Amino acid sequence: MTEKNTEKHTIVCLVENHFGVLARVSGLISARGFNIESLTVSKTEDETLSRMTIVVEGDAATLEQVKRQLNRLVDVVEIWELRAGEFIDRELLLARVKADDKKREDLKNVAAKFGAKISDGDDSVIVEATGNRSSLDGLLEELRPFGITKLARTGRVALERA
Amino acid sequence: MTEMLTGAQIIVQSLLKEGVDVVFGVPGGMNLPTFDALYQSPINVVLTAHEQGASHMADGYSRANNRVGVCLATSGPGATNLVTGLATAQMDSVPIIAITGQVRSYMIGNDAFQEADTVGIMRPVVKHSYLVKDVKDLARTIKEAFHIATTGRPGPVLIDVPVDISNEKTAFEYPDSVSIRGYKIRTFEEGDDAQIKAAAEAISKAKKPLLYTGGGVILSGAAKELTEFARKNKIPVTTTLLGLGGFPETDPLSVGMLGMHGFEYANYSVAECDLLIAVGARFDDRVTGKVDEFAVKSKKIHIDVDPSQIDKTVKVDYPVVGDVKNVLKKLTKLVKAPDTKDWLVEISKMRKDFPLVYKLRKKLLPQDIIQRISKATKGNAILTTGVGQHQMWAAQFYQFNHPKSMITSGGLGTMGYGLPAAIGAQFARPDSCVWDIDGDGSFQMMSMELATAAKNRLPIKIALMNNNQHGMVRQWQDLFYESRYASSVVNPLDFVKLAEAYGCVGIRVEAQDQVDAAIAKAMEINDRPTLIEFMIEKDENVWPMVAPGKPSHQMIGTYESLKDNGAVAQPRRLNSEDESDLSLS
Repeated sequence: MTEKNTEKHTIVCLVENHFGVLARVSGLISARGFNIESLTVSKTEDETLSRMTIVVEGDAATLEQVKRQLNRLVDVVEIWELRAGEFIDRELLLARVKADDKKREDLKNVAAKFGAKISDGDDSVIVEATGNRSSLDGLLEELRPFGITKLARTGRVALERA
Repeated sequence: MTEMLTGAQIIVQSLLKEGVDVVFGVPGGMNLPTFDALYQSPINVVLTAHEQGASHMADGYSRANNRVGVCLATSGPGATNLVTGLATAQMDSVPIIAITGQVRSYMIGNDAFQEADTVGIMRPVVKHSYLVKDVKDLARTIKEAFHIATTGRPGPVLIDVPVDISNEKTAFEYPDSVSIRGYKIRTFEEGDDAQIKAAAEAISKAKKPLLYTGGGVILSGAAKELTEFARKNKIPVTTTLLGLGGFPETDPLSVGMLGMHGFEYANYSVAECDLLIAVGARFDDRVTGKVDEFAVKSKKIHIDVDPSQIDKTVKVDYPVVGDVKNVLKKLTKLVKAPDTKDWLVEISKMRKDFPLVYKLRKKLLPQDIIQRISKATKGNAILTTGVGQHQMWAAQFYQFNHPKSMITSGGLGTMGYGLPAAIGAQFARPDSCVWDIDGDGSFQMMSMELATAAKNRLPIKIALMNNNQHGMVRQWQDLFYESRYASSVVNPLDFVKLAEAYGCVGIRVEAQDQVDAAIAKAMEINDRPTLIEFMIEKDENVWPMVAPGKPSHQMIGTYESLKDNGAVAQPRRLNSEDESDLSLS
């Protein structure tokens, strides 16, 4: 327990699609003092199961504890870690950005570069983009000079390639 | 034709199917249907003075035998009063079932009268919980609850039942089996053969192996297997507080209890061993002291049914996930007995050089009282305790030889636990002699349960160590807060009168020569509880001790320091032959 090699890990958790399961999972994570960056949950192809994608920060020992503690929950059916390079991860970003007529063209160019959609408004637009974390971070960098007035991101969802 | 039953009747029928014959609880608006159905059933319903008492009784009942304790409370305050009891059971892995009433299902979330989010409040302190939303789910839920409570690493399970569900009717069918896909405990219980083989090889090669055994040995009923394993391979055994009784302390291989108030030679053995074999123990901070310096000379094996305990606080070299009983059986077959002759000589010397002692003084000494109770009961009683100095003295000075004979709140450290736990234990084992070793601070947190004990004419005996204070707090204030006694002095109370007010026998003992007679008298009374109020030395401390944050082998209040400071009494063990040289065995 001497050196802390803190890294981000992506954990997938298949849980019973019951009410209260999210509270059990998030309650356990906070009670054990684990640091989570994001947690997403949705139904799966099997509608009795929900899939949680949890991004955790911590060293290998912390990660192992997160997995084992979550596995103790009766409603957790299966849990595993996704290994770098073996999965695709995406996040959805919505940002309201200031854009008067003069800047509208510039903004469209930025959006195009990142494959983002723009929904028109009067003096601001909503930029909608999906991508992995770093590409969305890159987009945000370029949007910032325009003036971001509101921002929402979903956190990571991920799926194994094979 | 399947019978149509109300939810309340289904609860009762399901409890009967699970073999429940006694429940502890308090009725109220939202669980009245259940109590009404129980009233018409053969189940013995024990009305408690307080719901917390009910939860500890269920817990004591469960710890005293291998059955599941059940407690009942109504919604809101009834349910919240169970929190401490469920947390106590959760920390010590005790299988109990709590069934709470809840407001009508369509009123949930409305701040209805006596409404609380019981499932939400209990979530962190139970193994699993249910809110029953459809009467058709009720029987299956109860079946699952018992299964989850008792298998794998046991623990408390809560079932919250809205009152309208209790009144609704459905066909009753109790399932034969359960299938919970997320509950993977079965795969863990047998133990992994490769892990067991690796551990067996490490043990066979060890020169200074030491078994460090915990509550898991008691829970899995593995005391016999542990004893066989230790004796066959001549491996000494130190136990945790919850592990007391898992290995007979009369056995020469017993090194006694380790930890914050463990024996010097137990902690020193841990520091000196080259292979520490943790069995159903979890490297609790009260055991390890400063973790970085815990048992540093040793490789470590960790046998536990709960995989999340492995590597949690101490990194182990040989993890073995499995039920300790199964694993010990397999290990007994595989291990080639290591040569521990020199190691046993070394331990034997440590035991002689660093015995557990206390100074003789004129007034009543709690250590002496507990030794006398140990002698009078021949170590065959069931002990329960509160939490504090008296708990540690009980652990140190009673001689535990049988599993399930020490019933104490180890993990949560719940003051007030002793009396209700004793009541539960006496219900579980009516023919056993049950002693609650308690302190005046702890006892007063649940003393109202004297009413429950008296009403049920339980012959429990309460040895109340009265020093008019929260003694362990006072000890720490003396050690670490320059003797500023902030709120550690308790108002004097006449406990004899208190006992008598409830219909119990009260005896006050003020001198050493009255102790044996009082114990003998208490043991003769078999139709009601007896409370003996021992007016003990106020400034007596629990020694030895590992100061918080210190390594467990650096103790204070040691034999050396006490020896230089005046007279020292006989060592704790009364049976002199037990102090015989380990190497001779």
